[in-house]
Amino acid sequence: MDSDGSLLVRLRDGDERAFVALVERYHSSMLRLALSFVSSQAVAEEVVQDTWLAVLRGLDRFEERSSLRTWLFTILVNRARTTGVREARSVPVADAGPAVDASRFGPSGAWAVPPEHWVEEAENRIDAAKLSALLRGGLDGLPGRQREVVLLRDVEELSSAEVCEVLAISEANQRVLLHRGRSKLRQMLESELGGGSR
Amino acid sequence: MSFLSRFRFWSRSGSRYPDLPCQEVVEMVTDYLEGALADADRSRFEAHLAGCPHCTEYLAQMRETIRLAGRITQEDLTPEMRTDFTDLYRRWRTEG
Repeated sequence: MDSDGSLLVRLRDGDERAFVALVERYHSSMLRLALSFVSSQAVAEEVVQDTWLAVLRGLDRFEERSSLRTWLFTILVNRARTTGVREARSVPVADAGPAVDASRFGPSGAWAVPPEHWVEEAENRIDAAKLSALLRGGLDGLPGRQREVVLLRDVEELSSAEVCEVLAISEANQRVLLHRGRSKLRQMLESELGGGSR
Repeated sequence: MSFLSRFRFWSRSGSRYPDLPCQEVVEMVTDYLEGALADADRSRFEAHLAGCPHCTEYLAQMRETIRLAGRITQEDLTPEMRTDFTDLYRRWRTEG
C-alpha cells in the first residue's frame, strides 16, 4: 500500500488516481467523524466532499508541518462543527459512567463477576470481516465525543497530541473520553465473545 | 492451584493493597497505558496487578480491544462515490 507521503507527492503532480486512493483510505473514518457533529448521512457526506475540495484548494499552501491525515481530519472537524452548529443540533455531553458496571464488584471493590476470558479466542472464533463489523457497530454505538477520540486514536492511530489538535481538546479531556470509549468497546467484545471456552 | 494456596493467594493480595480495589484499578487502565499515572500510582497499580489475575486479564482485554480497533478495515467506496470524487477532482482541476 502506498504511503500517504507518496500519494501526496503524486497528488501534487496532478495524479487523479492518487486522489481517489486517498479518498478511499480515509472515507469511512471521515464520514463517521462527520456524523458525530451533523444529523444526517447526507449532510455528513457533503461535509466530507467539502473537506476534500478544501484539501485540493489548500494543497499548495500545505507545508507538512503536521501529517496529511492530521491536516485532513482538522479541516473535516472544523467544517463538521460549523455545519453542526448551523443545524443547531444539541451536542451530547460525555457520559460519566464507570468503565465496568458497579454490579460486577463486591462491597470491598474486588471483582465479584470477573471478566470473562476472550482475548485469544477473538480472532479464532470469528473471521476478520465479522470482527471488523462488530467493532464498527460498537464504535457507532458510542456517544459522539467518545467515538471521535477512539476513532482517531485507536482506529486511525493518531498520537494523543494529534487527536487533541484535531478536536481542539485538552490531553486530560482526551484521556477521559478515550477511557470511556475503550471501556465500552471492551465490554461489548466481552459480551459478544466471552464465556465460550471455559 | 489447590484450595489452600488459592486461599493464601487471595488473602495475601487482599491484605497487601487494601487501598486499591479492583473497581478503581479498571478506572486507571487508560492513564496507565497512556503513561499518565504519577509514579506512586503506577507502582500501586502494578503491585495490584501482580497479585490479581482478574485485573491482569482486564488489562490484557483493554490492550486487545485497542489492537482490534486498529485493525478495523475501511469500507470500500461504492462505484457511485468513486465517480463523484473523480468528478470533484476534475471540477477542481478546471477551477484555474
